[in-house]
Amino acid sequence: MGPDTNILEMRGITKAFPGVVANDGIDLDVRYGEVHTLLGENGAGKSTLVKILFGLYQADEGDILLRGEPIAVGSPSEAIASRIGMIHQHFMLVPTLTVAENVALGMDSSRRPFTDLDLVSRRVSEISEEHGLAVNPSVEVRQLAVGERQRVEIVKALYRDAELLVLDEPTAVLTPGEVDDLFVILRRMADDGRGLIFISHKLREVMSLSDRITVLRNGAVVGTTTPAETSRGQLAQMMVGRAVRLTPEKPVLQEGPARLSVENLTIHGDRDAVAVNNISFQVRSGEILGIAGVSGNGQRELAEAVAGLRDVEPGGSISMDGVDVTGDDTRARRDRGLGFIPEERMRDGAIAEFTVSENLVLVDHDSEEFTIRGMLAFGAIRKHSEQLVDDFAVKTPGIDTPTSSLSGGNIQKVILARELSASPTVLLACQPTRGVDIGAAEYIHTRLIEQRSIGTATILISEDLDEILGLADRVAVMYEGDIVAIVQGQDASREQIGLLMAGVVEQTTSS
Amino acid sequence: MGDFFTLSVLVATAASAIRLATPYLLASLGETIGQRSGVLNLGVDGVMLLSAFFSYWAVLETGNLWLAVLVGLVVGLAMGILYGVITVGLSATQGISGIGIFIFGLGLSDLLFRQQVGTPKPVRRLPNVDVPILSDIPHLGEALFQRNLLTYLAFLLVPATALLLSRTTFGLNIRSVGENPQAADSLGVSVERTRFVAILIGNSMAGLAGAALVLQLGIFQPNLTQGLGFIAVALVYFGAWRPAGVMGGALLYGLVNATVLQWKALGIIPVSGSDLANMAPAILTILALIALARRVHAPSALTKPFTRH
Repeated sequence: MGPDTNILEMRGITKAFPGVVANDGIDLDVRYGEVHTLLGENGAGKSTLVKILFGLYQADEGDILLRGEPIAVGSPSEAIASRIGMIHQHFMLVPTLTVAENVALGMDSSRRPFTDLDLVSRRVSEISEEHGLAVNPSVEVRQLAVGERQRVEIVKALYRDAELLVLDEPTAVLTPGEVDDLFVILRRMADDGRGLIFISHKLREVMSLSDRITVLRNGAVVGTTTPAETSRGQLAQMMVGRAVRLTPEKPVLQEGPARLSVENLTIHGDRDAVAVNNISFQVRSGEILGIAGVSGNGQRELAEAVAGLRDVEPGGSISMDGVDVTGDDTRARRDRGLGFIPEERMRDGAIAEFTVSENLVLVDHDSEEFTIRGMLAFGAIRKHSEQLVDDFAVKTPGIDTPTSSLSGGNIQKVILARELSASPTVLLACQPTRGVDIGAAEYIHTRLIEQRSIGTATILISEDLDEILGLADRVAVMYEGDIVAIVQGQDASREQIGLLMAGVVEQTTSS
Repeated sequence: MGDFFTLSVLVATAASAIRLATPYLLASLGETIGQRSGVLNLGVDGVMLLSAFFSYWAVLETGNLWLAVLVGLVVGLAMGILYGVITVGLSATQGISGIGIFIFGLGLSDLLFRQQVGTPKPVRRLPNVDVPILSDIPHLGEALFQRNLLTYLAFLLVPATALLLSRTTFGLNIRSVGENPQAADSLGVSVERTRFVAILIGNSMAGLAGAALVLQLGIFQPNLTQGLGFIAVALVYFGAWRPAGVMGGALLYGLVNATVLQWKALGIIPVSGSDLANMAPAILTILALIALARRVHAPSALTKPFTRH
C-alpha cells in the first residue's frame, strides 16, 4: 500500500430520501496518507455520503471498496470494526461520563461484565502523548472546553485504531488558533499513512489543509481538484454553480452620530454566572460594529440585553439616540427603531409552523397598516408580503407556504425582510449567515451594506472571521464576557483577531 | 406522645419502617435503572398491582410463597415486554403510555380479583428470617436482621444496582443511552436493546415490589397499592437517580408510614384525624420534590424516544 493506493473507493453511490435525491451516483476515492476534502453547500450531499460510509444510512445503489475489498457497512459498529472512524459535526460524547468512559463505550472489556477503565485510561494517555492530543482520561467531559472535547473525539477514533477517518465540519466550533492546532494533528495523522476525509465549507481551511478536494453540488460530484490547481473563487463557483463575490464591496464610511450607546453593562447568564462583565461601546449611524469571539463568551447575552430580552445589572445602561431604554421592553425598543436578527433563527426569529406571510408581519401585525378595527387586514398583509418576498428574493412557492419548509437561507431572508422593512436605525444582526448557503450569504451581506449606506447603526455578531473582516468598520473582540479590544476594521488581521478571540491580549491599537 | 418514645416502640417502628420501605425500594431501584437509560415508566403502580394480584392468587391456590414471588417477578417481566414494545419498539410517548399501563394494571387486577377471588381472604405472609449472629445484636438486630428475605434482597440490590450502573459495561451503556443516545449509537451500542433490557429489569423489580407488598400484608384488595408505585417514581427524582439516594427516600417513606401507623395505634393521632395523617406521604413527596427541584441533573434523554437521523 504505497502512497498512491486507495484506502477507499466509493462508486456510484445513490441515496434518495422522499422528495430529494441526496446522493446521485457519487464517486469518491481516498488514498493512504491523504487529506481528501469534501466541499459543498448545505444539502449538497456531503453528510449523507459519509453517513452511508459509516453505516448510519444504507445506499440505494453503489459500491464501497475498502482497501480494495468490497464491503457492506450495515451499522456504525461494522464501520468501526472495519477501522473507519468518524468525528461527527455534533460531538458524540456523553457529557456526564469521564473521558475514559466515553472512550470505552461500546468497546469490549477485558474484565467483562465489569469495565476496565484503568486499562483504557492508560491507553488513552499513551495515545494522547503519541499524537500530541492533551486529554485527561479521568475528567468528566462536561468540564471540558470545546477544543478539548474534539481531542477526545479524535482519541476515541484512534483508540479504535481507525485507519480511515471522517471529520464532518470539525472546525465549525473552534477558534482560529484551535483550528491551526487541529490541522497540525490531522496532517500528522495523514503522514502516518491514514486516509482522512475532511468535510467543510470554509474555503480558506480547505485550501490550507487538503491534498485533494472533491466538490459536490445538488448531490453530484462537480469535480475533483487540488489546492495548487484552484483558488477560493473557483471553488466557490464550483459549489454554487455561478460566480460569487466572496468579499463584499463596501463604500467609504459615512459616520454619523452615535445611535446606540452601551455603558457599564453587566449581564448574568442562564446559570447565574456573570456572562458579560462591565462593557461599554457605541455604534454610530452608518457604521457596522463587528463583535467577534468564540461562541459562549457573552455575545448571546449581550445581544439579548440589547434586544430587551435579558435583564442587565443595576448601573448599566443602554441608550438609543441618547434616550435611555434600559428599562424598556422589546416592543418599546423596536418602536424606537431597533431591528433584531436573532442567532437561533428557528427558535427566536420565526415561527416555523406559521406561513411566510405571517412571519413577515409578526412584529407589525397590530399596526394600523395591517388592521381594520382590530381585525387583521388580510389584503394589506398579502400585498406587503408579496412585495417583500419579491424585494428580498425569497425562494418560496408562495406567501402561504409554511416557513418550516423553506431552506435556512430563505428563512433568514424572510427574517431579514421583516426587520429591514421596518427601517431600523439600530440593527442587531446575530450570526446572520450561519448555516446559510454562499449565494444567500452574499445577498445578506449586500443588504447589510446597503443598510449601512442609508445610516443604520449595525451590530454584527459573528463567529465567522471572514464575515467580520469583510463587513465591519470596527471589530470588538469578546472573550469571557469582556471586550478585550476594539480594532479598526481596515487594520485588523485574521491572526490578531484570532489571538484576541483566544484571550491573548497584546499591545494593540484600540480605539 | 411519651408512649412513642420508649425503646420497644421505637424498635418496633424502625422494624416496620424497614418492612414498609421494601416495596418502595424494589420499585424505585428498578425505575432508577429504567430512567438512567432514558425511559420513564409511570405505569409502575399498575405493574405492581397486577403482580401483587397474581402473587396473591398463586399463594391462595398453592400456598407456596416462593412460587408466588416468582409469579410476581414473571408478571413484571411480561409487563416489561409490553412496555418495551410500546415505548422502544413503537417509540410511543412515555408519559402517556405509562399512564395507560397503570390504568391497565389497575383495571385488570381489579377485574381478576372480583372474578377469581371475590372477597378478600388472608394468606400466608413472608416469614421473617433471622440473620445468624447479627440478629442477636440487642435492639438493632431486632430492627434490621429479623426481616423477610425480600427485604434483605431489596437492600442488597442497592449496592448491586450501584455497581451495575457505575462499574459494568452494561451500566455504561445504560448511562450513555440515557444521556446521549446518538453518541452511544455512533459507537455501535444498540440504544433500543439497552433500553429494552433496562425496562425488563425495571419492570421485573416492580413485579417483585408488588409481590413484596402483598406477601408482607397477607391480603389483596382492589387498588392495594394506593399510589405507592407513583411515589416510587417520585423517589427516583428524590434520590437524584442514585441507588443510595433512592434507598434514603424509601426509608424516609417507610418511616413516615410506620410512624403514622404507630401513632394511630397509640392514639396519638385521633381517629378523626387519621385521613389527614394518611396524606402525610403525599405531602412529604411534594415538599421533598420542591426542596430538591433544581439541584439534581436528570438523564438528558429521559422520556425522549430515540430516532436515527
